[in-house]
Amino acid sequence: MQTSSPAPAPTSAGTEPPDAPAPPAPAAGAVDDLDRARARRRSRIWVASLSAALLATLVGGVAIGPVTIAPEDVVRIVGHHLLGAPETVTWSEAHESIVWRLRVPRVLLGAAVGAGLAICGVALQAMVRNVLADPYLLGVTSGASTGAAAAILFGVGAAAFGEEALAGSAFVGALGASALVFLLARVTGRITSVRLLMSGVAVGYALYAATSFLIFASPNPEGARSVLFWLLGTLSLARWSVILAIVLVVVALTLAVLLVHSRALDALAIGDETALTLGMAPGRVRARLLVALALCIGAVVAAAGGIGFVGLVMPHLARRFVGGAHRRVLPVAALMGAVFLVWADVFARTVVQPQELPIGILTSLVGAPFLLLLVRRLHAATD
Amino acid sequence: MIEAEGVGFAYGDLDVLRDAGLCAERGETVGLIGPNGSGKTTMLRLLYRALVPAEGVVRLDGQPAEALRPRELARRAAVVVQESASEVPITVADMVLLGRAPHRPSFAGSSAEDHRVAAAALERVGVRHLADRVVAALSGGERQRVLIARAIAQQADHLLLDEPTNHLDIRYQHEVLGLVRALPVTSVVVLHDLNLAARYCDRAVLLDGGRVAAEGPVDAVLRPEVLEPVYGIGVRRVDDDGLAQLVFRPAAAAAAAAARPEAS
Repeated sequence: MQTSSPAPAPTSAGTEPPDAPAPPAPAAGAVDDLDRARARRRSRIWVASLSAALLATLVGGVAIGPVTIAPEDVVRIVGHHLLGAPETVTWSEAHESIVWRLRVPRVLLGAAVGAGLAICGVALQAMVRNVLADPYLLGVTSGASTGAAAAILFGVGAAAFGEEALAGSAFVGALGASALVFLLARVTGRITSVRLLMSGVAVGYALYAATSFLIFASPNPEGARSVLFWLLGTLSLARWSVILAIVLVVVALTLAVLLVHSRALDALAIGDETALTLGMAPGRVRARLLVALALCIGAVVAAAGGIGFVGLVMPHLARRFVGGAHRRVLPVAALMGAVFLVWADVFARTVVQPQELPIGILTSLVGAPFLLLLVRRLHAATD
Repeated sequence: MIEAEGVGFAYGDLDVLRDAGLCAERGETVGLIGPNGSGKTTMLRLLYRALVPAEGVVRLDGQPAEALRPRELARRAAVVVQESASEVPITVADMVLLGRAPHRPSFAGSSAEDHRVAAAALERVGVRHLADRVVAALSGGERQRVLIARAIAQQADHLLLDEPTNHLDIRYQHEVLGLVRALPVTSVVVLHDLNLAARYCDRAVLLDGGRVAAEGPVDAVLRPEVLEPVYGIGVRRVDDDGLAQLVFRPAAAAAAAAARPEAS
């Protein structure tokens, strides 16, 4: 067979120790399977090591802060709450409160938001066949900001959502905006990449105007600052709440849905005609996935504001590590997004103590040069 | 066998095809030729059901295509179309593995069997060594081979190709069509180059303004008296070791040559 490379020339016997591992020469006559085992091993190693990193990140993210808490105390406190073990309390009540009431929900939210933004970025880039697409392309952020501004400045949503007025009205804004983007994109028939991009931009600008007007019209000067802070993204609102639960569930479900459609995403990234000739229904699949993505991004943005660059950069990184097939890219991107955002948040709340930096400033600061680096590499690869 | 009978199609008010037909018998290679805008690509898209004919019927081995589910259709007819380059990178191996999509439930991963079929397909078209490369970084000829490998991996017994020789240099044009010709499938191929059609097709269907102007063995279709009125260009047929090849010149020059006295 042509594919099995000629066996390496045998080195003179005796020079190698007898227990040297045999070179992985393909057995003569072995059937070529594109080295499937190697590809699988590689992606498993990535997933396993990133999972370990995420675990360490979750513990580290809780331990580090204005008040440092020993990692073993973190594990004990969380164990005490989740599993009832250890039963005896050996830590102070202040630590208990910091860990369980403040930092654990915050770190969980950070991980979910990071994972959610990363997988939505992966899917959207595939669906519009453009590596500069990010989750905010669907007009979700601008809608969420308008909703948030209305809540912060004019108390909109208080009646319907009570304590969660901000997240609630941001979510409604996000969904409204994406619904509008879809409607505009399919005015003349099927939703295509270009129409989607165009209507996303149009709706984005219109809502940006609306948000600016709300700020301008508000009698409350402090309000503008709060809106800005929220727009830049923050995890400081995290606590045990229905919002956290919704975000966790929605991100997990979205990951599952995207994984089920991973081959369809591969095909859509090549083009609709190709997807069609492979027996798929590109228009229907795209519409279905867009709805799932809009829900996911809407939930994420409502809970954490407009955190930039995670959804844009993580997909590139993941593809670099495990190749372009979405079945492998999605889990890796999710884990990387989660790890990255938790650490970004750790910096955001420690770097200018006792102040807290909006996390979006940090992610953009890290993301922008990083993206430039990737673009340079991208050109090197295709030129 | 794949056939279209009396098919018509219009984009809005614009009639693109009217009462057109085509039939590729089992194992045959049929060339779909005609000037720009004559409806070749539309005809091909009707065959793989990217478009639904307004009238007429498309049949696969005697079965109406509309009765087949999309995945079933994809298992029986593979298509090679060049799409505008996507920015989202995909490796050659993953590209060819996609050819297995119609054979697997959408949620299932690729099996070891799929990988073997994909490897064999790459081997078949001579680009096994490119498996780990990114498709966008390949040359035009390599990319076309990868698309054909994907079609092979699809294991369909019909192959439809839309101008597979576009943008290829002469050597690759011949290599790609030679490859297609050697496959044990029924194929329909849209071609611009009539000399390639003469060499690699069994039969040809000549479209003109959405209608079939001529149809039959390439030898019967690729004749000056058939081609000249359709293309509006002077055609001379020469014999190249028993194979008809065509030489072209602008209609005016051809007319002048015809008018010139033989004696000069």
